[in-house]
Amino acid sequence: MSEHHNHSGHGADHGHHAHDDHADHGSLKSYAVGFLLSVILTAIPFWLVMGKVFDKSNVTAFVILGFAAVQIVVHMIYFLHMNTRSEGGWSMLALIFTVVLVFIVLTGSIWVMYHLNHNMMPSMAPGAAQQMHEMP
Amino acid sequence: MSEITVDSAHAMNADAPMPFHVRDHHPENGTLLGFWLYLMSDCLIFACLFIAYAVLGRNYAGGPSGAELFELPTVALNTAFLLLSSITYGFAMLSSQRAKLGKTLLWLGVTGLFGAAFIGLELTEFAHMIHEGAGPQRSAFLTSFFALVGTHGLHVSFGIIWLVTLMFQLNRHGLIPENRRRLMCLSMFWHFLDVIWIGVFTFVYLMGVLP
Repeated sequence: MSEHHNHSGHGADHGHHAHDDHADHGSLKSYAVGFLLSVILTAIPFWLVMGKVFDKSNVTAFVILGFAAVQIVVHMIYFLHMNTRSEGGWSMLALIFTVVLVFIVLTGSIWVMYHLNHNMMPSMAPGAAQQMHEMP
Repeated sequence: MSEITVDSAHAMNADAPMPFHVRDHHPENGTLLGFWLYLMSDCLIFACLFIAYAVLGRNYAGGPSGAELFELPTVALNTAFLLLSSITYGFAMLSSQRAKLGKTLLWLGVTGLFGAAFIGLELTEFAHMIHEGAGPQRSAFLTSFFALVGTHGLHVSFGIIWLVTLMFQLNRHGLIPENRRRLMCLSMFWHFLDVIWIGVFTFVYLMGVLP
């Protein structure tokens, strides 16, 4: 960390140790790297969709979701300065908890609602026309 | 937190209280952790809105679809504005670490302008859509779209208000510890909004125009 010396605001009583366990302020290099990676990771999905690179929508969707996931990690590391040591690991713990919650709720909802739609729409099931007729 | 008690017992023997102060220092750490927890709960709000969009996003009710409404060049421009505002906020943080008040204010101002450009473009897009009859009441897709993107836009708007307030505070009091803490909190907020926008442009706009 190059900015060890110029941190008067963080109090003289703590001295230089302030940076040892949470290097959360970044440097010009880390911001530049994060920005470059973000530009690349943003440009490729836009190009994939606008240029209609893949024939199948499913493939494009999976690929751009993958790029989004990678870019979120890049932002977390280079802009939000997440690491396992900041705040004694508590912010990472909260992040992991949130990610697990979001994952369960998101995939669960999509899964359940997809099957609900599937089962509630007679036209999609085999023999649907007959069922429609038998309906009162 | 268990190591504090261990350390303090050890420190009393060794007559050196510094080790555990160093380990659990910074009164503002409490603020930063608390703000991080707020951001995580905010993340859950956005998760709910994303889920609503995931479930309802293809229910057009005979109305216009995403492929007809979304203009990807505009979205790309908006993404660029937000990404640029993220890096300029980073520059403001770096300037504040070097105790350069003028530069910090300058970069904060640039960040605010990019944020305002983002909001302006988004509002133009919304107005255009509503003018075409594709308002939030048209279909479930548009309701969930406006709820999700509108909530993000509202966050950015409040971020800009906070940013302007902080510029006045910085101008008045300088780079005092309190203002540095506020800068850190707003930095987390601003970068967090950019993270949410990654989800929005991928999940709503890019996947919305896929056939």
